Amino acid sequence: MAETATNPNAGPARWLVVAVPYIWLLLFFAAPFLIILKISLSDTAIAMPPYTPVLEGLGALGDFVSQLDFENYTFLMEDPLYIDSYLSSLRMAFISTLLLLLIGYPMALAMARAPTGWRPTLVMMVILPFWTSFLIRVYAWIGILKPEGLLTVLLQAIGLLGPGEQVQIFRTDTAVFIGIVYSYLPFMVLPLYSALEKMDATLLEAANDLGCPPLKAFWRITFPLSLPGVIAGSMICFIPITGEFVIPDLLGGAETLMIGKTLWTEFFGNRDWPLASAVAVLLLLVLVIPIVIFQNQQQKVR
Amino acid sequence: MKSSRFDPVILTLGFAFLYIPIIILVIYSFNASRLVTVWGGFSLQWYSAMWSNEGLMDAAWVTARVAILSATIGTVLGTMAALSLVRYARFPGKTLFSGMIYAPLVMPEVITGLSLLLLFVALNVDRGFWTVTIAHTTFSMCYVAIVVQSRLLTFDRSLEEAAQDLGCPPVKTFFRITLPLIMPAVVAGWMLAFTLSLDDLVIASFTTGPGATTLPIKIYSQVRLGVTPEINAICTILIGLVTIGVIAASITSKRAELRRIRDEHVALRGAA
Repeated sequence: MAETATNPNAGPARWLVVAVPYIWLLLFFAAPFLIILKISLSDTAIAMPPYTPVLEGLGALGDFVSQLDFENYTFLMEDPLYIDSYLSSLRMAFISTLLLLLIGYPMALAMARAPTGWRPTLVMMVILPFWTSFLIRVYAWIGILKPEGLLTVLLQAIGLLGPGEQVQIFRTDTAVFIGIVYSYLPFMVLPLYSALEKMDATLLEAANDLGCPPLKAFWRITFPLSLPGVIAGSMICFIPITGEFVIPDLLGGAETLMIGKTLWTEFFGNRDWPLASAVAVLLLLVLVIPIVIFQNQQQKVR
Repeated sequence: MKSSRFDPVILTLGFAFLYIPIIILVIYSFNASRLVTVWGGFSLQWYSAMWSNEGLMDAAWVTARVAILSATIGTVLGTMAALSLVRYARFPGKTLFSGMIYAPLVMPEVITGLSLLLLFVALNVDRGFWTVTIAHTTFSMCYVAIVVQSRLLTFDRSLEEAAQDLGCPPVKTFFRITLPLIMPAVVAGWMLAFTLSLDDLVIASFTTGPGATTLPIKIYSQVRLGVTPEINAICTILIGLVTIGVIAASITSKRAELRRIRDEHVALRGAA
């Protein structure tokens, strides 16, 4: 009975196993996206909820189509604040991802080359900060980067800064980059490490025996083989960084434009729900391509 | 791979970068001075201040309940989802299903939070403890599904098959054979879900309502007002709890692994 061997949960329980999580995700993950799309096409109203419903009952489908209005999207396209926020978020996410690769790759490589007995401890050490709260880790940097913070004290103590001078990093884009790289480093290192660790060491030995210099061997063998890790790590970092809110809000300044922050202000500050929804829908459209790449990568790994 | 002599330097620098900010935060929670840059001697006053701060304690209690509940429901749902992905060769909409498992892992939190809030408003549900719990359950189950799935993929099916050949019904096989074998992954998934729930600020801010302020929301509103040693104190306690939990879990799982290897060894020798 090959059928029962592949399906140990045959019987009614079998379908329940699929149906329960499936329905949960449809209800609490997929359906909300349809609602957000719908509300992004409605008008703002001073009420609770602060928007005029586009769809009142299922009978109003005809009205629904005629009432749809792209006002919020036109507004987004016309106001340079939003376009600039999107572009600036993508730029910040791109630069951060590059920085993460530059810092994460050597770390992952060093971990993969470490003696086998050490590796689990090293992996554990990378994961441990990830278990502590995101918010706490960002907060830790405020105390360091503030003008009267510990970095100033340290630099003054070693004489790099005069007694009256202070570091001007807090509330700038530089602080945001530091915060992002710090918070996302484990997400970059772990996929890179798992790709590098799986690598067959004999390939490099062969290259070495055939007279290939180490640097060339790295670019011709190690790097191409670690590419799945590079793609996975970059996507895991790039996508959420684009919509990041906490880091630009706490470490960034007034000139730090990021779309997550704009959405938050639109929603909690201006209470313009339809516009916030339109911002979210456009952000999702911007991220569709990286998300699809990420999912294909994950499916291939499986 | 051959190591290079720069490797220890790179690792030292990397780990220094990861740990020094957290260590500084912990040290300054014991500072007698209110100023972050001035060391005024050792003191526990911020811990007692934190302890008598009722708002903070209420928030901690709400957060703990949300985290335990959402991690537990999320683990059950996530394990079911992992089984569906690995064991069910084909079912209608499997691609959509696996898409919905992977997407929340990278979805910006502002989108997930806002869309869930709009769902709750559309359903006319009062926002509060339960809406935050549902929101956290939704992303928790996806993380659990990924962790459990990777365990199921490297899983030796022969024990299950043996049990079924001997006439064990499928549900019983799952609880007597499969579940004990995947337990380390299930526990790891639960812990991951628990800490993610403990951490979450953005999704909770969108989906919460009156009377259900979680700890990150509370900390965030205080951090916006400036750095205070009281926040350092509560952060230190959270870091301590999580560190103890992670280390204890890894020791337990290592012990269980060793015991399993030994048992297998004994069983093999017994068979020979």
